[in-house]
This record gives sequence, C-alpha cells and structure tokens, in this order.
Amino acid sequence: MFTQTAHNVQNYKIEGRWRILFLVMTALLILPVLIILTLLIVRGGPAISWEFLTAFPIKGMTAGGVFPALLGTIYLVSLALVFSVPLGIAAAIYLSEYAPDNVMTRIINLAIINLAGVPSIVHALFGLGAFVIFMEFGTSILAASLTLAIMTLPVVIVATKESLQSVPQAFREACWSMGATRWQTIRRIVLPNAVSGILTGVILEVSRTAGETAPIMFTGAAFFLPFLPESVFDQTMALSLHLFVVATQVPNVPHDLPYGVALLLVAIVLLMNALSIGFRVRLRNKKKW
Amino acid sequence: MDVPKTLEQQTMWRGVLGDSSQPVSGGNPGSGQLKVEMPNQALAIETTKLSLWYGTFQALFDVDFQVKQGLVTSLIGPSGCGKSTLLRSVNRINERLGYVRTEGKVEVLGHDIYAPGVDLTQIRSQVGMVFQRPNPLPVTIRKNILFGYHLHTPRPTTKSEDDAVIESALKEVLLWDDLKDKLNAPAINLSLEQQQKLCIARLLPIKPTVLLMDEPCSALDPKATAAIEELIWGLRGEYTILIVTHNMAQARRASDECAFMLMGKMVEHSKTEDLFVTPEHQETADYIEGKFG
Repeated sequence: MFTQTAHNVQNYKIEGRWRILFLVMTALLILPVLIILTLLIVRGGPAISWEFLTAFPIKGMTAGGVFPALLGTIYLVSLALVFSVPLGIAAAIYLSEYAPDNVMTRIINLAIINLAGVPSIVHALFGLGAFVIFMEFGTSILAASLTLAIMTLPVVIVATKESLQSVPQAFREACWSMGATRWQTIRRIVLPNAVSGILTGVILEVSRTAGETAPIMFTGAAFFLPFLPESVFDQTMALSLHLFVVATQVPNVPHDLPYGVALLLVAIVLLMNALSIGFRVRLRNKKKW
Repeated sequence: MDVPKTLEQQTMWRGVLGDSSQPVSGGNPGSGQLKVEMPNQALAIETTKLSLWYGTFQALFDVDFQVKQGLVTSLIGPSGCGKSTLLRSVNRINERLGYVRTEGKVEVLGHDIYAPGVDLTQIRSQVGMVFQRPNPLPVTIRKNILFGYHLHTPRPTTKSEDDAVIESALKEVLLWDDLKDKLNAPAINLSLEQQQKLCIARLLPIKPTVLLMDEPCSALDPKATAAIEELIWGLRGEYTILIVTHNMAQARRASDECAFMLMGKMVEHSKTEDLFVTPEHQETADYIEGKFG
C-alpha cells in the first residue's frame, strides 16, 4: 500500500516534462526584456548627462541634448490626457452604470474594444484628415494631442469600466434600496472604490502614449526645431520621433546617442508603470472586502 | 390568553384561506400564541394578480398576497419558487434588470407603487431592504448609518443630530454597547452578525414602515441567527416585516404569519402556527415535512 506504481512514475514523468516546457517559455519571454534593458543601460548610459536632458540638439542633431523632445513629449502626453481622461471616464460611467443591457450597448462595447485594436498609423491618418486639415489646426501640438487622445480613449474606457465593474454589485443594491439615485451611488460608493483601478489604467495609458510615434509624425511632431513651442498651435519635437530620426535619418550620429534617447524613453515609461503599480498596491491595501 | 377577533378580521382570514364555510378563528386553541395583538390590522402590503416575467420566463403567476401592518410575515418555499422575486417587487428593486415585466398591482400602505408618478426613492424610504449576504458599505460604521439618513434629509445636519441618529439606530438593533467606541472603524471588519444588524440599523433613520428581508440569516451561524431573529422580533410592531427564508424552523419561530409559495404561485397563507400544524394543501404539508425543497 501507498507505494509507487509504474503508472504513477509515468504520470510524474509527463508532469515533469510539461513543467519544464512552461518554465522554458517563461524564460524565453523574460530574456528579450533583460537583453534590451541591459543593452540600453550599457550603451545608452554614458550618453545620459545633465546637458543631455537640458540642452538643445546641435551640429545637425549629432550632439547636444534632447530637451525640446523631452518637453514636447510631456506636452503631447499631458494635453492628450486632458482630452481623453474626462471623456473616457464619463463614457465608461455611462456604459457601466447607466446603459441598459441591450443589443445597442453590446455593440458599442464591442466597437470600443475593436477601436483599441486599430493600428496607430490609421489613427495618424485619421488625425491628419480630421484635425490638421478639416479642423484647420495645422500640424500642431493640438492636432497631435487630439490624435493621441482618440487613440487612447478606448483603453481609458475599458480600464475604467473594468474597475467600476469590480466594485461588488451588493454595494450598489444597498445604496439603491435606501433610495439613493444612481449618481449618489456612483459618487459616494462606486467611484471611491474604483479610483485605484481607474488611476492605474490612466497611468498605463500615459506610458503607452509617450512611446507612440506614428500618430504624431503626421499631425504635430517635427524632425527638428531650433526653438520651443509657444502655443498649442505650434509644432514640437518628441522623444519617440527624435529616436527614429537620430537612429535612421541623420548621418554621423555617435553610436551612444540613439541608445541614450531610447533609454530615456524607456525610463519614462517604466517610471510611470512603477508609479501605477505603487498606486495600486497602496490603494488596494486600504480597501477590504 | 384568547385572541379577540373582530368580525372584519375573521372575514379576512377566511378570504386568505379560501374557505368561507367554516369560521377559522377560535377553532384552534393554540392561536392564543399571538404575542402582541395589533390594534390596527390594516394592510401594509397587498398584491393583486401580480405576475412577473424575467424576459420570457414567468416567475410569478397572479399572486394575491396581503401583509398585515406590524406583523412579521415569512415567505417559504423551495428555491426558485418566486419568493425573493415577490419580495423584490415590493420595493421595485427588480426593475434595474431591464428585462423585467410586471403585471397586476402592488400596494404599499394603500398606494399602488407601480402607478405613474410614483417616485422610486420615496418607495425605498418607506420600504427598507435587508439582503441575504450582509452588505455594509465599504466605509465606516458611522457613515453606513448616516448614508440613508443624509439621502433623505436634504438640509445639512449638525454633528449632534448625526450622533443622536447613530445612537438611536444602534440602540434599536442592540449594537450600541458593542460599537459606541469604534464608530469610525470600517464596517467591513465587523462580524457577520454585527454587519447584518448594522444593515438593519442603517435603514431605521429613514423611518421606513416596511422592512423586507431576503434570507437575512442564511450567511450566519446558529448563534448569530438567533440574535437576528430576536432583533426581528423586537422590531415587530413598530415595523412591518416580510422575511423570505429557507429555514422552516425560523419561519415557525419568528413569524406571525407564514405564506407558502410553489412554482411562482401563492399556495397557502395563514397564521404561522396554523400553517405548520394544519396545512390546507398537500404541497404545503409535503414541503414542511421535508419531502421536497
């Protein structure tokens, strides 16, 4: 009794093989990330300096800093958020809390998910047509930010909707059964408990937006500008496009410069993600149900 | 103690039991158990030919049901018999599901709550609801009790008003001594029994007349169940209580009247001791004996 049979041994063998397969897959997944990060830090690290962060590019972008591109990325992302976050959250609240569960709502939800999958170059062409040409914003920060906003809207909506729906239905029923209106319920109970998820979604969104290149290159980002933008109707440089330019378009660029720009971009994105994770952990520890 | 009964009540009883040939009252010597005699036996809830559909599925069939003011009335029946649905049509919380259709009439305190012009929040301030699983809001004990009160008290309230409301609500559910020193603690940290009592307490400042309870003890252990039953019995008289339960012993212990439902139909409704001792219908007898359910 209780001793291994040949059948058990066979099972353990198979078990072991699958286990190794999954482990190898995981390792293969992590490997490229590690290689990219190591390469960026080793080769791009020496390029990073105070001057790199605060000076203009000089000598045909082969030397100097990336300050206008860094600032431009911040402008573009912030303005895109100003448009997409309020709109996205409001739409998500409607879809999750008010919309009746019918065919129309389902079609809208499906459309939003699909919109998130539209390639960014398509968004870029849409932005070019709608904002730059039709609304006559020209190639400007405004047009580029609006394009980014349109592109990120579905992600904000989906993230917000998911975190709203993770608030247990029992809380809503409790409020309604005491005579609270939908808005009172949302304002007092649902939103405060969904806010961590919403913030996480928004911040992840920022990091995605910061790296986008295609949507801004037709609508507002410039190869090189010798001055900073003065209004939202000016063009701007941006880190992502700058990386593309110094890596492929400009001759005689020192090797570590593109790596430095890439490292800076990745650092911004990782910083944002770390912030988002920190936020989530903090807020999740506070709630208990 | 013999129960004095007016002619009107006797008529009502016969109507409920569907038997007009024999007077029911007094026939059962045990009926003196009715512990508090309500001077006013007006109806708190009355449904007339109430039918309800979830999409194409009919959950209620022509339900005629009366709940007398100030009594505890229990609804029993096997799972899916429509007892929770009936309960939930009394404060119209069923409607948030867009595919629910209702026919017939539900009157609360003599007013048709499905009539046009009826305000949902007003219904819900008169008809409070306690859920199966205790669902305190994820805020402090204090805010849980003040939530409903502030919803229905538009002017800003002072702290002393708030404190008085909290104290009287918690005293009424026998929680004051336990909780008075930790009103700012999260309600979610309380024991399930305390949570369920809190869920009852937060309804009281709204001054409802009817309390609906949807299996309020099914998530609780026997000791907590006993405590909640005791509380329900204490609230009896001041509030009309309609309680759905799976637990027949509970219905028997803690209700004045009992109604048995089966397959969306009201089978039998009478005084609790009558229903359990001398059920009129075979299905009722089978169910309370545990032959199905």
